[in-house]
Amino acid sequence: MFEINPSNARQWSRIGSRGVFGQAILAVAEHYPDMMVMSADLGNSSGLDRFKKTYPNQFLNIGIAEQNMIGVAAGLAKEGYNVFATSFAPFIAMRAAEQVRMNLGYMEMNVKAVAIGSGVSMAFLGNSHYGIEDASVMRSIPNITVVSPADCAEIFKTVQAAAKAEGPMYIRLTGAVGNPPVYTEDYSFEIGKAVVLREPAEVTFIAAGSMVYESLEAARLLEQSGIKAGVINMHTIKPLDIDAVESALQHSKVIVTVEEHSVIGGLGSAVAEYKSSKRNTPPQLIIGLPDKFDVTGDYKFLLNHHGLNASTISARVLSFLA
Amino acid sequence: MELTEIQNMAKTMRHKILEISHVCNQSAHLGGGLSMVEIMAVLYGRILRYKPNNPRWENRDRFILSKGHGVLGYFSAMLVSGVIDEETYKTFKTNESDLIAHPVMNLDLGIESSNGSLGHGLSMGIGIALAAKKKQRDFNVYVYMGDGECNEGSVWEAVMSAAQLGLDNLTAIVDYNKLQSDGDARQIIDFADFAGKFKSFGWDVKEIDGHEIAQVVDAFESPREPSRPRVLVAHTIKGKGVSFMENNNEWHHNRLTKANYELALAELGLSLEGTGV
Repeated sequence: MFEINPSNARQWSRIGSRGVFGQAILAVAEHYPDMMVMSADLGNSSGLDRFKKTYPNQFLNIGIAEQNMIGVAAGLAKEGYNVFATSFAPFIAMRAAEQVRMNLGYMEMNVKAVAIGSGVSMAFLGNSHYGIEDASVMRSIPNITVVSPADCAEIFKTVQAAAKAEGPMYIRLTGAVGNPPVYTEDYSFEIGKAVVLREPAEVTFIAAGSMVYESLEAARLLEQSGIKAGVINMHTIKPLDIDAVESALQHSKVIVTVEEHSVIGGLGSAVAEYKSSKRNTPPQLIIGLPDKFDVTGDYKFLLNHHGLNASTISARVLSFLA
Repeated sequence: MELTEIQNMAKTMRHKILEISHVCNQSAHLGGGLSMVEIMAVLYGRILRYKPNNPRWENRDRFILSKGHGVLGYFSAMLVSGVIDEETYKTFKTNESDLIAHPVMNLDLGIESSNGSLGHGLSMGIGIALAAKKKQRDFNVYVYMGDGECNEGSVWEAVMSAAQLGLDNLTAIVDYNKLQSDGDARQIIDFADFAGKFKSFGWDVKEIDGHEIAQVVDAFESPREPSRPRVLVAHTIKGKGVSFMENNNEWHHNRLTKANYELALAELGLSLEGTGV
């Protein structure tokens, strides 16, 4: 269906997460005749233009009405459709939060809610369009799996796994055009099972989404300073892979969670919640977006502004260790 | 069911509503339950296709109680039509019961969806109706809403969407009893010409007296206009059938004491004796 290799990885990176999501859903759809893809009038911005043309009967633009979209998605799912409902992060995770709660959480309808362009990847569209708190909101609703793929290859893997999985899910896409790949060769992906990219060590990064790559780079920088660092790709934020967290706790002097999400309620919180009841565990450095509606700018600028790049991350770790 | 049988069913439902409201010994949504009785009797006595012994039957019509607090009108209809049994009914509002103040999805009990938060049911109904169309299945979808519920913006997202999708297998009912939790709906959000609003959105509108069984039956059974969702704008009386509850919002959510229960029964021509209480 798709092959993870250096050439494809480079190409996907150029296309960016939205475009790759569109490719992934297009590739997966041929195996799922009961798939329905919905948009609240953001189909073209969500990389779904080719899907619309190829599967016009399996695409539905419900109009600019995210609450209705989630309800209709649930009704379709109730009658056996495999539904992907897409919008931008705040519109799906917060505008329609209670629809997600009732239909996906409470009734466990088989709907995959896909947040296109979460984190600060919407750049100049501003805070109205950013996904700062979405993982926090979605994670607190019972029954909902929350997945945040690390790169474009993992978007393919996630879409493929989501189509196969029965039950509600929130898929949070971060990254934009040009985000470097984490994966250039095939690997085993399973929802709920973290991927150890570098074995847990003195410092262990637990990261999700766009911050997996930055954490890998930060680990390399730390190594140059003589500090061994591990990296875990915690693509599934809920349910948290406890075994992976445990192994980090056992091997590390410090745990560093890194996410393109508020420091409140996301991956950092999930790890801290688990860790809080364990004795003799290492301290945790929670790195993410601040709890504020901050300045806007281009994506790269914003990541740098918030210190979400390898050099700032490694510097913060060094000063924490000092 | 013939009209007189439906009339009798409605009477039995009122009796069962009063009985359980007294027996549960807690406040219950009596007013909005009683305003539903004739429409629910018509639905469960005549209109809906279902098999009481096979609640998961694929071709059943789907009923969604979007005004989720209307469970007294809903559970009593399911009881009288044999979808749920007396034993289950009597668990209403007891700890860990399947039957509480709002529907909790339970296909084995014939409850299609969880509701309670207003403004959700029509969207789900649209999804189900759309799925039926796409899969060429001939069941129908019925969504029962309250007039107060239509304050919710999500209702109107769904109203526009159902018309756009041409869902002539979808019927909504608006229980236009003109009272909501805090009082007179006309002083809160005045829908005035409710029917006209739905018409302007492209719906096939039947404006009826929701307590006149013949009108309710005709509204449900009149031929469908192709590609148009249907709505029954049903003028009803909150608390219908019990004079001291009618149009009296103290009975939106209240406890039915023994004295009031006896008074109410007497109005229905029933007495406490032989009711098992």
